[in-house]
Amino acid sequence: MDEVASNTMRSSSPADGAPVPQVNRPLPHDAAIRHVTGAAPYLDDLAEPLGMLHLAVGGSPKARGRLKRLDLRDVMTATGVVAVMTCDDVPGRNDIAPAFADEPLLATQSVMFFGQPLFLVIAKTRDLARRAARLAIIEIEEETPVVTVDQALAVDSSVLPDYAFGIADASASLALAEHRLSGQQRIGGQEHFYLEGQIAMAMPLEGGEIHVHSSTQHPTEVQHCVARVLGLAQAQVVCEVRRMGGGFGGKESQATQWAALAALAAYHTKRPCKIRLDRDEDFVLTGKRHDARVDWTVGFTQAGQLTALDMAFLARCGCSADLSQGVVDRMMFHADNAYFIPSAKISSRRLRTDTVSNTAFRGFGGPKGVLAIECVMSAVAAKLGMDPLDVRKANLYGRHGSVTPYGMGVESSATGRTVIETLEQTADYRARRSAIAAFNERSSILRKGLALTPIKFGIAFTISHLNQAGALVHVYTDGSVHLNHGGTEMGQGLFIKVAQVVADEFGLPASAVKVSATRTDKVPNTAPTAASAGSDLNGMAARNAALAIKTRLAALMAQKAGCQAEDVVFAEGLVQAKPKQGEAISMTFAELAHEAYLARISLSATGHYKTPKLNWDRSRGTGRPFHYFVWGAACSEVVLDTMTGEMRVTRVDILHDVGHSLNPAIDRGQIEGGFVQGMGWLTTEELVFDRHGRLHTHAPSTYKIPVASDVPEDFRVTLYQEPNEEQTIYRSKAVGEPPLMLASSVFCAIVDAIQSLSPLQQVILDAPATPEAVLRSIEHLTGGAGL
Amino acid sequence: MTMRPLRFLRRGRLVEIDSFHPRTTLLEWLRLEERSTGTKEGCAEGDCGACTVVLARLRRGQVVYHPVNACIMLLGQVDGAEVITIEDLAEGDSLHPVQSAMVENHASQCGFCTPGIVMSLFALSHSGKMLDRGSVTQSLAGNLCRCTGYRPIVEAALGACQGPVHDRFSATMQASAQVLAALDDDTNMFSGSEEVFFAAPRSEAFLAALIERYPEATLLGGGTDVGLWVTKDLRDLKQIIWLGRVNSLQEIEVHQDRLLLGAGVTLEEAMPSLGAIDPDLQTLMQRFGSTQIRTSGTVGGNIANGSPIGDLAPALIALGAVIELGRSGETRSIPLQDFFLAYRHQDRRTGEYLRALHIPLLSEGTHFRAFKISKRYEEDISSVLVAIRLTLLDGHIVDVRIACGGMAGTPRRATHVEQALLGQPIASSVTWKTAGDTLPNDFAPMDDHRASAKYRMQVARATLIKALAEIAGLPTENTRIYPRRERVAAHG
Repeated sequence: MDEVASNTMRSSSPADGAPVPQVNRPLPHDAAIRHVTGAAPYLDDLAEPLGMLHLAVGGSPKARGRLKRLDLRDVMTATGVVAVMTCDDVPGRNDIAPAFADEPLLATQSVMFFGQPLFLVIAKTRDLARRAARLAIIEIEEETPVVTVDQALAVDSSVLPDYAFGIADASASLALAEHRLSGQQRIGGQEHFYLEGQIAMAMPLEGGEIHVHSSTQHPTEVQHCVARVLGLAQAQVVCEVRRMGGGFGGKESQATQWAALAALAAYHTKRPCKIRLDRDEDFVLTGKRHDARVDWTVGFTQAGQLTALDMAFLARCGCSADLSQGVVDRMMFHADNAYFIPSAKISSRRLRTDTVSNTAFRGFGGPKGVLAIECVMSAVAAKLGMDPLDVRKANLYGRHGSVTPYGMGVESSATGRTVIETLEQTADYRARRSAIAAFNERSSILRKGLALTPIKFGIAFTISHLNQAGALVHVYTDGSVHLNHGGTEMGQGLFIKVAQVVADEFGLPASAVKVSATRTDKVPNTAPTAASAGSDLNGMAARNAALAIKTRLAALMAQKAGCQAEDVVFAEGLVQAKPKQGEAISMTFAELAHEAYLARISLSATGHYKTPKLNWDRSRGTGRPFHYFVWGAACSEVVLDTMTGEMRVTRVDILHDVGHSLNPAIDRGQIEGGFVQGMGWLTTEELVFDRHGRLHTHAPSTYKIPVASDVPEDFRVTLYQEPNEEQTIYRSKAVGEPPLMLASSVFCAIVDAIQSLSPLQQVILDAPATPEAVLRSIEHLTGGAGL
Repeated sequence: MTMRPLRFLRRGRLVEIDSFHPRTTLLEWLRLEERSTGTKEGCAEGDCGACTVVLARLRRGQVVYHPVNACIMLLGQVDGAEVITIEDLAEGDSLHPVQSAMVENHASQCGFCTPGIVMSLFALSHSGKMLDRGSVTQSLAGNLCRCTGYRPIVEAALGACQGPVHDRFSATMQASAQVLAALDDDTNMFSGSEEVFFAAPRSEAFLAALIERYPEATLLGGGTDVGLWVTKDLRDLKQIIWLGRVNSLQEIEVHQDRLLLGAGVTLEEAMPSLGAIDPDLQTLMQRFGSTQIRTSGTVGGNIANGSPIGDLAPALIALGAVIELGRSGETRSIPLQDFFLAYRHQDRRTGEYLRALHIPLLSEGTHFRAFKISKRYEEDISSVLVAIRLTLLDGHIVDVRIACGGMAGTPRRATHVEQALLGQPIASSVTWKTAGDTLPNDFAPMDDHRASAKYRMQVARATLIKALAEIAGLPTENTRIYPRRERVAAHG
């Protein structure tokens, strides 16, 4: 813990003698001890109610076509099968789409992607349900599927309208530029690979009500979806989630289908029903990070300063819109990353393919924007023969301008520059740059590369109404505190952070605050736990709830002591009233809670919060979509084998802006974990679809996320802890998503190593940079390398 | 010879199970029967490690703690072992040192992989190894974590797994050894009926008799492949004969000029003696699956399943290995390279089983190199594997065997390249180029999700050239991103 404290940069610390607050302490995750003892129950670990039934889905054997025959007789008569359902059994609307009503719970006449659920088997055990599901006779009148970005472009197929902001036409400013360069960057998708797969359990209750347990980041959406599918009022459905075994965006909109299927089965059978996908099904049946082609033309000066940019994101959305409007918008919002570009046109297409619908994934499109512009920076540097870091620094916000292409002012650009310039020093960038140049000079097979890249990430949901949260706090007569809010715990440490906030209001240790499962009947109408905004939103809402109770308690105490409420202090388990005249009185928090009860004072309160300052006009493409920006920088070094394309990351330095951290240990975990997840996306994680639209990498045996040895031993992470310039909870900053994009430094370091083979030429490297992609890039550059 | 039900040790008590479906997995039994839900299912194919539990067994007189993947291990395979799960480590409120270190280092986030990681580290803490970061990350290759980025887990391991561990398992080691020894008797286990059974014979004679009587039965080595037939293909395996208790298949003998490995020897047990042949073989074994896979999977299983990308076969073909097949009352030996007839089709006759591998050691003047290419360095399946054994006399190649995996439907020799190399000077770049240029005469690889045909040919060529250049004297610090290891101590 000392190490965490020492690995931070900040200007102030609490005054000597003041009570030690809970906020900013590196407390462990609320369930850390339960995690390590196996005593933290996930959904599949809950005791099963008597008579529980288990579900399995039967999927389409083709990616695109018309359903000609669905013969389920053998399924129905299979051992242990209780019922089989199709779209005809949906009593309400056969629609699980989060926004655009374009995706059915169970397929109707036409199929949209390989594996799409056509029917649901309900059986006595999961094993029997899975076996029965394979007995269906399915005939599809097959049509040629559209699988890739290029195919979707060729047939001009989109899920949502094209969209652009910035200047309407960049050609004039590009024409005026001193230098111009164009490129096409292909960026792969990513499977979430949450360790706990998709799962839901539904219990039928009296009066047609349904209680759904779901591993979801968005309980409210599950509640709404189940109500819609079953034709119930939202008030008849409760969704509950205590914890997820990872989410990463994959359970934001795409946990709903499984919850709705469980609810459908419970509705008809009147028995508790559970569905848990097998890992391979989870890969095939749930959406991923969008893959994209980014076409760009950039104009710049001899000094490396960008003057114009035309960047088009051609994103593969899959078979339905899902969250693609917001995801692709966020690609566009981050096409500038940390750089001022005076004249930029940022455009996008949301391409429809006959593949599973792509969805939210940590960064929500932002990573593609960041990676694309970082690749542009590397290309500009190569063209000019400059050090890529010098090009990056020449373009940072604040040097020549501070307005984004979508019209928002970048008020914290000085933070960004400080972070980058500090890391340049602490990572010893210049000396290592020389050493690497010398190494490459004398090495033919192995080449090293180095890159220092920044990030700037906007915090807020770009759909403004989602930027609100609710919380519910109860104080009991023994002084114990029960905390509930709309945020969900997926491992990111939200529950302990919010508990720390509430604890500080009452002057209690965080351990005195009992966090509880997220439930739509406790806090309604919530936003998904997403957009990195969990602690910003729920921390404030919970604090407001706690403040309401505290105000009542303080008034009681002040009345007893004959002083003002402002003279009442809550600290270290005690409440003290210190009147300007007369005796100070003091009692424990528990004693005061009990007295308040006897005085018939409510010890329960709700809190609400909405993010201030937001003002985004999507139709005009201008305004303030974000509350504030998070900054960071990473410097990565790699060594490449130019004969095989194999690569190793040898050192990583990170300096990341967390504001005044609510919990530096939790934040460090987010930074390291996010970086490594991003590194996997850009190096080893490859999704391979064939021309029939079938995914071939559908399990960890074929889809390779980082393992422990992929993380460099020399991994130096420092928190930049200056208070947020905006009035967030304790001036902290959001941390969930931004660090993922620090991994663009790894990709740019690989580009740098390849670049050493032919300094002035433009490197074309597809992401992920698998050994094969690296070798392809080298071959393109040099016509082949080796001995 | 007596027959008896399945029996194993659990929380200090003997569990005997008369009747179970032979395809029941250990994980199913733990979660659905015993309702010990601390152990998780993450992938059901032995890759993610969320289901890791530890089996304590008596091995050559010592109690050893092996992490295994409960998801693909069949229940019958725990016969004679103590099954230790995440619920068993803490004593009341007092955490095991590994658990404390995980909490102190903030090494869990979502927590779903955590029980498996704790169990892997628990086994590591009992391994008696002196640890550095590399050995820790190797031990964790079979445990995927999607949240933390591993740094705090590795630090927890370095803090808690170092040196002799003191926990209640070490305190009761003697007693455990006695109980396990009593379970490790000469009885044959057979559970079920003529039609549906799980058998674990002790004697080879009984094994041969079983195979003869039930020719359709599935022979089970470690289950690291067969387990997936159950969890993924949902194959209704009804008759399973597990080889893990057959004494005569567990032998490891190091002779003057060859190594004998019984077919039932696990990959982990085989590693020291295989690694002693050549450092590249040591590296190959360390990159083979994960600790969990190596402690279950057997050398015989890796050969007998006929995978075109199994890592052992090309290396052993290059070394000139011979395999020994048994059938009731008879044995026959064939060169390993002749065992692979076509894709997933091997020269194993009805009633036969793999008995042993005979692996020639390297003689003076003979060089060995093996290169494995995969998307991820550890715990990945090869796109291409190239192995070469080469003998020099006065700088000229007088004998050479080259075998490749991932380049054809079976692991196979590059006979044209071998011919082209014979008699050539090793130090000449013309020799290297000739070898590379001849490779397409031997192989026409495929496109798949691991690599394209083009890339496979490119890297097979590149690694072949590298091998020759290295043998000619090019230092491996200049040729590899992970330099070749130092030669480890000789057999002993």
